[in-house]
Amino acid sequence: MDENATARLKKTASNWTLNVALFVAMAIICLPGLWIVLNSLRPTVEIMAKPPIWIPQSLSFDAYVAMFSGIGEGGIPVISYFRNSVIIAVTSTIISLAIGMSGGYAFARYRFKGKGGWFLGLMLTRAVPGIALSLPLFFLYARVGLIDTHAGMILAYTALNVPFTIWLIDGFFRQVPRDLAEAAQIDGCTRWQAFWQVEFPLARPGIASAGIFAFLTSWNEFALASQLTRSTDSKTLPVGLLDYTAEFTIDWRGMCALAVVMIIPALILTYAVQKHLVSGLTTGAIKG
Amino acid sequence: MATLTLSQLDKNYGAFHAVKGIDLDVADGEFVALVGPSGCGKSTTLRMIAGLEDITGGDIRIGDRVVNDLAPRARNISMVFQSYALYPHMTVGENMGFTLKIAGRDKAEIDAAVAEAARALEITQLLDRRPAQLSGGQRQRVAMGRAIVRDPDVFLFDEPLSNLDAKLRGQMRTEIKQLHARLKATVVYVTHDQVEAMTLADRIVIMKDGNIEQVGTPDEVFNQPASQFVAGFIGSPPMNMADAVTTATGLRFANGLELPMPPGFNVAEGRKVVFGLRPDDLYPEGHGIHSEGGHAVTTMDLTVDLSEPLGNETLLFVDLADKRFTGRMLNPRRVTPGEVMTFHLDLSNAHLFDADSGLSLRGA
Repeated sequence: MDENATARLKKTASNWTLNVALFVAMAIICLPGLWIVLNSLRPTVEIMAKPPIWIPQSLSFDAYVAMFSGIGEGGIPVISYFRNSVIIAVTSTIISLAIGMSGGYAFARYRFKGKGGWFLGLMLTRAVPGIALSLPLFFLYARVGLIDTHAGMILAYTALNVPFTIWLIDGFFRQVPRDLAEAAQIDGCTRWQAFWQVEFPLARPGIASAGIFAFLTSWNEFALASQLTRSTDSKTLPVGLLDYTAEFTIDWRGMCALAVVMIIPALILTYAVQKHLVSGLTTGAIKG
Repeated sequence: MATLTLSQLDKNYGAFHAVKGIDLDVADGEFVALVGPSGCGKSTTLRMIAGLEDITGGDIRIGDRVVNDLAPRARNISMVFQSYALYPHMTVGENMGFTLKIAGRDKAEIDAAVAEAARALEITQLLDRRPAQLSGGQRQRVAMGRAIVRDPDVFLFDEPLSNLDAKLRGQMRTEIKQLHARLKATVVYVTHDQVEAMTLADRIVIMKDGNIEQVGTPDEVFNQPASQFVAGFIGSPPMNMADAVTTATGLRFANGLELPMPPGFNVAEGRKVVFGLRPDDLYPEGHGIHSEGGHAVTTMDLTVDLSEPLGNETLLFVDLADKRFTGRMLNPRRVTPGEVMTFHLDLSNAHLFDADSGLSLRGA
């Protein structure tokens, strides 16, 4: 066999190996998600079976129907939880993004005293595990009356997200050449217009990523929420999962069904935002 | 178009004095080049004119308007950046029309203005592309197109050609010159490339350490440099220089070599000077051109250390007064290193500078 044929064969073989490896990796990653969807559709007996039953014998939407039924018929206040989750996650994301954009822009563009220290300080707050703060936060919130309120949860999540959004957005603003904002000002923009017309669109992938991250953090967070919420006034969906645990039993099917209900909005949001994640928009701005 | 006047323009960055009270008048429609080495304050000056840097002191006037504290957008200027600074998220057409869009003009008017500028720069076929899809030369053209569309009082260029390769740079230089001739625009052009300055500008401003060393036409700064710095900066290869002391009859160099006093200089005996001679005025017999008059030619035999053939001419490096001097050989023949040749030194174009101040002693 000549050299070229061997090389071609090797290339094909390595391509296939790679594809198979990717498939296995993806299968491992996706399996838990599929398992949740599957379990939400079948009876507990089948869920708990050992060895596991891979091919479901019977499928039903009973868990979903029950979830939305009244109290006593297996229902939980899912609408309230959903509303709380949306209000808290969306508001804290918007605030985190607003602060992240202003902060990230300031760190990327301006020189000021103690800049390095401020930045390091912000990053260090990420080093503290959120759960370590739950007890102090609980006492504090109890004193000022923020327990079991939307405002309290929004504040906590905003504090959790801001360092990350600043850090991420700072990096993206750094990639936007200063010349562009200056050119825009010469072209007739005010400083404010130059930001919105030129710098903001170019940093949009970073802002979108920061937004998704902040939203998912708030949407999925359990530990703090379980401490700081009490009733349907402020309980979020992850805390709502606990409604399916009783003293001696856990309703796995119902829990999985609620998990699916939780995942869907997150998936939709990520899908909607991903078109803004196109990076590399700044290439071609400068240099020949 | 308008005039541009800088008076006592000053810029401090903390303790660093970047621009030290410069004065400059640019006439309506004039092309002025600011040249100088890195850090001489030329770009800072341009950015102050644009309004991108605050001024520490002095006045900037465009037309009869003092613009010291006006925002860039209120100065009615255009600027072409070294990096081009095209908006990557807009098409070429949108880039060029951006200034009119911000000004709130209607779409038909914007389209017409963009189309006209695009035609002038021959980039009509690029209008729907994005900057990332363009070559360096095309981006350069778009940046110029964007500047033209605004129809400004003053055009500012900040080293616009330095990102292009040598061939394209020459081509764009010609185009900028033609563009200026057609638009009759007032232009301030910053460059560190003295060839660009010489070929494009009506007048050249040579800056050093935040001061203006000389303002003059290309001819003036080349033939009558006001200082040793200007003499060394303008001209390629640079002017040859050597320390000397004046005697009753002429100059004496450190190694004992004596030369007659160059015409046009009348310097008292015993003064420390720097002697300057351009490579064009040091050439082997039969391979150069005497200046008009040509009566101040001194002849001597020199050993060629090294030669650099350039095709149409050859640069010869010789040892003169313990310095390596560059000579220019026209209609070149092959020269071997170590060859002794008879050289002409055309002293009618030589220069003398004060050894301490560096200022020209012409007419002193």
